[in-house]
Amino acid sequence: MYWNPAIERLSREELEEIQERRLKALVNTVYEYSPFYRRRFKDAGVHPSEIKSLDDLSKLPFTKKQDLRDNYPFGTFCVPLSQVVRFHASSGTTGKPTVVGYTANDIRNWVESLCRALVSCGVSSEDIMQIAYGYGLFTGGLGFHYAAERLGSTVVPISAGNTARQVELMKDLGTTVIACTPSYMLYLSEYAEEMGVDIANDTNLRAGIFGAEPWSEETRKRIEDKTGILAYDVYGTSELSGPLFTECTERNGVHIWADMFITEIVDPETGEQVGEGEKGELVVTTISKEALPLVRWRTGDITYMESDKCGCGRTHPRIMRTLGRADDMLIVRGVNVFPSQIEHVLLQIPEVGEHYMIILDRRDDGLDEMTIQVELSDRVSIDTTSDILNLEKKIAERLKSVLNVWAKVEVVNPGTLQRFEGKAKRVIDKRKI
Amino acid sequence: MIKQISVFVENKPGRLAAVTEKLYENNINIRAFTIAEAGDFGIIRMVVDKTEEAYNVLKEAGFTVRLTDVIAVEVEDEPGSLHKIAKALGDAGINIEYVYAFTSEEHKALIIFRVSDKERAKSVLEKLGVLFKGEIK
Repeated sequence: MYWNPAIERLSREELEEIQERRLKALVNTVYEYSPFYRRRFKDAGVHPSEIKSLDDLSKLPFTKKQDLRDNYPFGTFCVPLSQVVRFHASSGTTGKPTVVGYTANDIRNWVESLCRALVSCGVSSEDIMQIAYGYGLFTGGLGFHYAAERLGSTVVPISAGNTARQVELMKDLGTTVIACTPSYMLYLSEYAEEMGVDIANDTNLRAGIFGAEPWSEETRKRIEDKTGILAYDVYGTSELSGPLFTECTERNGVHIWADMFITEIVDPETGEQVGEGEKGELVVTTISKEALPLVRWRTGDITYMESDKCGCGRTHPRIMRTLGRADDMLIVRGVNVFPSQIEHVLLQIPEVGEHYMIILDRRDDGLDEMTIQVELSDRVSIDTTSDILNLEKKIAERLKSVLNVWAKVEVVNPGTLQRFEGKAKRVIDKRKI
Repeated sequence: MIKQISVFVENKPGRLAAVTEKLYENNINIRAFTIAEAGDFGIIRMVVDKTEEAYNVLKEAGFTVRLTDVIAVEVEDEPGSLHKIAKALGDAGINIEYVYAFTSEEHKALIIFRVSDKERAKSVLEKLGVLFKGEIK
């Protein structure tokens, strides 16, 4: 099934022709209407007339989150506010908030993108979709809401939180698809269990669309084993509009619609493009956004791309699961560590649960110390202290082999680590730099 | 063989009280008790009068808790009793991993063991006529 079969199956040449035409229009528009981009292009010594083909893309300067903050709130917009029909804003936990504006066309294209995605993972007008992403300034709730409605699905606009109600309505209304963060899905299934509701047998839930935080194949397996549903990855960031892309039923990467976005993978240090299949930071150029077009936007997400034709028949390139955030990267004793690597190790150890915390501290002698707290699962043996000590040692050794740095492992009783209803904040950095 | 309850607790103020509070609330009497501590955590081992009930209330309270079969022997509460048993096990080449004991009005002295070879230990203790086969009250 396709939402827009003609576009979704265009040949690579046809897609590149669209991309080239739209890229040329984009650079002219931003140069004309945005003092920010004009200054940027001049600083980089590039004029729109020099962008003649897709190969010229790398001549253009990058745009970063800091640019949006520095020009807060509207300095990067390319249309007058009279044409803006909506704002979304990111929380400003790591600095000033960033504001994204949308024209009516931007909203339409966002809906188009997510409709294509939802159909690609099997959502239809027959489905009842419970949207447990936050509604409001965060793009998750409203993004899914508009697309699911456009698709003709029945929407349960419950937003995030209020877990007892989520379980109750899921049961009573017959929800078939849920959209939320993967960590919230785990929490929700635990909570349902405590309420005496087995999601696999007592509800109609058959699929979940999970994102807004990096997650792993192991988490997918845990969710699927625990709830009997199919778990799909969704990708998008507020700056690009919101949730835009999901895996198709092949579950071999997330299709990025090439008629709307040009994707590159670059080395996060040098900014040089890397080869097909190589790991790096995802960079996206929006070629159909009006209010806030982004030229070579550094997403901060580490992934890799494949552009051969997918088994589902779609020709648009796929990005693979996000391996981590360029800015989630922790530097411990000079070694780069991604929290996703730690999660990956922990999820392969049946004696511990899926919730964990990373605590960084600096010892008096100046060396960093990383402590990983993780909950015991009901598979652990606790007859003697060495059962626990050996388990901690086993985890520490596995972590060392993956991270190349030692971590102290502390196991704790189940249910004692913090649960997160939105984006998980699993790192506590006590180091005074 | 009797059932021992073991509970994993973080080594923090109030954690033991959290365990004992649950037992007290449910009118469960502790007959024997020991803590093995190892840095950040400890393992509480105990024998109680209402084992299943204790297991369930601790489990429900979120503790990591297990039931284990352990060997118990019943001896006179007098000098030399533990020595006789320790020597018999030692002579048979059986290693004692941990041991704790208690006395009460209902029982003579009860000694609880975890050993390297449970089956052989049982036959050694059976020959001595000390293996406890009753129930903890």
